[in-house]
Amino acid sequence: MTGLPAAAAESASGAAATAIAASAVDAAETFPRLLARNAARHPARPALREKDLGIWREVSWARYLEGVRELCLGLLSLGLARGDKVAILGDNRPQWVIAELAAQAAGAASVGLYQDAGLSEVAHIIRDSGATFVVAEDQEQVDKILEIIDQMPRVRHLVYWDPRGLRRYAHPALLSFEAVQERGRALHAAQPGRFDEELGRGGPDDVAIICYTSGTTGSPKGAMLSFRNLLTMALSLHAVDPKRETDEFVSFLPLAWIGEQMMSLSSALAVGFAINFPESPETVMGDIREIGPHVMFAPPRIWENLTTSVQVRIMDTTPFKRLLYRLWTPVGHRVAALRFAGKPVPLFLRLLWHLADLALFRALKDRLGLSRLRTCSTGGAALGPDVFRFFHAMGVPLKQIYGQTEVSGISCIHRDGDIRFHTVGVPIPGTSVRISESGEILTKSPSVFLGYHQNEAATGEALRDGWLHSGDAGYLEGDHLVVIDRVKDVMRLADGTQFSPQFIENRLKFSAYVKEAVVVGKDRPFLTAMLCIDLSVVGKWAEKNRLSYTTYTDLSARPQVYDLLEREVDEVNKTLPGAARLHKFVLLYKELDADDDELTRTRKVRRSFVEERYRDVIAALYGGAREVPIDTTVKFQDGKSARIRTTLQLRPLKLEA
Amino acid sequence: MAQLQVSNLSLRFGGVAALRDISFTAEKGTVAAIIGPNGAGKTSLLNCISGVYHPQAGAVLLDGRDVTALAPHVRTRMGVARTFQNIALFKGMTVLDNLLIGRHCHQRAGLLQGGLYWGPGAREEIAHREVVEDIIDFLEIEKIRKHVVGTLAYGLQKRVELARALALSPRLLLLDEPMAGMNAEEKEDMARFILDINEERDTTIVMIEHDMGVVMDLSARICVLNFGQKIADGTPEEVQRNPEVQAAYLGQSTPSTRASA
Repeated sequence: MTGLPAAAAESASGAAATAIAASAVDAAETFPRLLARNAARHPARPALREKDLGIWREVSWARYLEGVRELCLGLLSLGLARGDKVAILGDNRPQWVIAELAAQAAGAASVGLYQDAGLSEVAHIIRDSGATFVVAEDQEQVDKILEIIDQMPRVRHLVYWDPRGLRRYAHPALLSFEAVQERGRALHAAQPGRFDEELGRGGPDDVAIICYTSGTTGSPKGAMLSFRNLLTMALSLHAVDPKRETDEFVSFLPLAWIGEQMMSLSSALAVGFAINFPESPETVMGDIREIGPHVMFAPPRIWENLTTSVQVRIMDTTPFKRLLYRLWTPVGHRVAALRFAGKPVPLFLRLLWHLADLALFRALKDRLGLSRLRTCSTGGAALGPDVFRFFHAMGVPLKQIYGQTEVSGISCIHRDGDIRFHTVGVPIPGTSVRISESGEILTKSPSVFLGYHQNEAATGEALRDGWLHSGDAGYLEGDHLVVIDRVKDVMRLADGTQFSPQFIENRLKFSAYVKEAVVVGKDRPFLTAMLCIDLSVVGKWAEKNRLSYTTYTDLSARPQVYDLLEREVDEVNKTLPGAARLHKFVLLYKELDADDDELTRTRKVRRSFVEERYRDVIAALYGGAREVPIDTTVKFQDGKSARIRTTLQLRPLKLEA
Repeated sequence: MAQLQVSNLSLRFGGVAALRDISFTAEKGTVAAIIGPNGAGKTSLLNCISGVYHPQAGAVLLDGRDVTALAPHVRTRMGVARTFQNIALFKGMTVLDNLLIGRHCHQRAGLLQGGLYWGPGAREEIAHREVVEDIIDFLEIEKIRKHVVGTLAYGLQKRVELARALALSPRLLLLDEPMAGMNAEEKEDMARFILDINEERDTTIVMIEHDMGVVMDLSARICVLNFGQKIADGTPEEVQRNPEVQAAYLGQSTPSTRASA
């Protein structure tokens, strides 16, 4: 192999290379070159695995490289030039990462799109990035692109990898993944040195990906990240949270999201662990169990779902198993509590925990697919202390992380043995975090992005003197960072203290019955909340309490459910300072949905949209009425709409002095 | 050539004439529909094609070969598969097992070989499992592969039944009300599957369906029955324009009903 730096030379040392070998990589590399290095070092070891037709099928590092080479040369033969952009749209599959690396090997940047993105979002991102090639998964995604291709004159080719249903499509821009790879093979035969030449031309400061941020306000902005940005981040994280070459990772979160890029590309290529792709989005949990990953990174909702599913199933299981659960979990919780407090665990308790492990935790972890989990983290939003306790009690070392797209992933993480529920941990090596005078979190590190694509104004606003202005308000507690809320959402209460709606919302969401919460109160005399119930949990509760219901709307309007939620909100109110207590709440008739613009694709509440949409409900919350009539239409994914007519109750809360 | 040709078929149960002189063809690689009000004889016609009923007169031709006298299992081997109006799956078995049973007509291994799961028996089962997994992927039922059929939602059971029919690797697929009892979303999925089966797997489809939107969108040819008689046959447009069809569905009086009155 030509054009490869020293890293390839050390492949002779072979299998002994683990964490140490990975740390020998420096950030002055590119993804495709790291792929070539890994393929030279362990050609036969699995790099990717995909469950297809019921069987996990492996792609070795050598075959991975070959696939990237073929596609890269194919794209070049179709006219892809250095500096171009390639948009990728589809579920997590080997073809997704192969397409990204192929684009990067040709000197182009990859632009990930969320697979459930709507037409206007897709059109905006493709136009804004100036992508000339679009790689899409299947008929569904191809249909989206073809519908708007006339508005995107720069798009020259549309490549799909799943041909099903596309046989009769005859658009001139359309061609299959295999056809492009076939062209690549032909070019490789004619110019065998071309691919390595292309790799040699790439540099660490090239734009690797343009990652469109979820955007809780306005349309998404494209953050440009270089290989150096991405790799520095991965290596700094690796230094404090080591992974091994032999580790397994399951890729099931959108690859358009920086968190998944950080794991499935930056970290996997730098460290050399294997990525597994689930059979379908519905089978993820079963597939995780089959793989038994060593490394896992997921937003709070995944961890919450795991916890809830255990709690719901324990209610349904045999009395004997329930007894075991009730008997042994307190042991786990005692040990976890001591560890959280930084106190030593007495020998007797340690022995008892091992018994609990044998009798309960092992089986439980096996059920959830967490048996081999060595390092796992949660990020994107706050996770309830109860969920933390639940996993630590079982011996699953869950950590909180903090980051954003603009720092290539994350900047802070909990360290082993230093977990504090309310913090997001300590900055990773090479990262400085400080708080501005206005209370905003500022970050400086080699991972801070190059800027927003064609948006000087936004770049200037985010990057000042090399410090990334996150827009998040927070404070430092020793070396731990605590995040409060978005700066613009932090509000001043009547008595002048600053307060954050997100802080209260998170407390509310820690209740298993609450799926989403929106706290309103800016420029208002008092605070109120709009809540969405969690259908599975409240549904289970209703079943147990012999409360019959038909739909989500029906269940959330039941007075008994209001009583249940009132108790939950009262609990939260007790922990809040007087002025920040909630005066009223309402249960919404539908769940907040990204398709209605109420949530971002990463499930963050888009406050301004929600406040606009539920204007009438909010007005009623601050009026004298006890209920508000609703007559609205909801749009389903397939474009159909339905009318909802109901009456929402407004429940005032008893406030103790 | 016509994949299926029914000519001058008549079927009587005692004094009741269920079908009277029905002729109908389905071209290779097309979707054809049989429609008509309740009791028109649609399912009886399907049963004559699959071999459950034997007509008193007329003939059923598959690929030009007269199969009127052949038993259902023989016709199955010739490439005819069907689904039922009321789901007829093995409710206590898993989805996978139900589909593997669908492969039974193609299995050659005997009790001993299959039971011992050794040599050719094992190889054959693996090959059949591959076919079945391909269908599971095609109909997107990976998630329920190992679920017991009886625990599944109705719409999913319908899909599993379609999967089992596909497991027979049919050239002619008979669907008896594939959309019955489904919600809008499930219907849309099912319609897409039917089109995909027709296109990607080169299968001729004859279906009975009540949802007119679905019938008009999917079928190339429609045969309309009423009281055991064919009252119309043609493209969706032709059938929609036909006054007798309008009468049968809307209850208007037309020259023919007035004449018989």
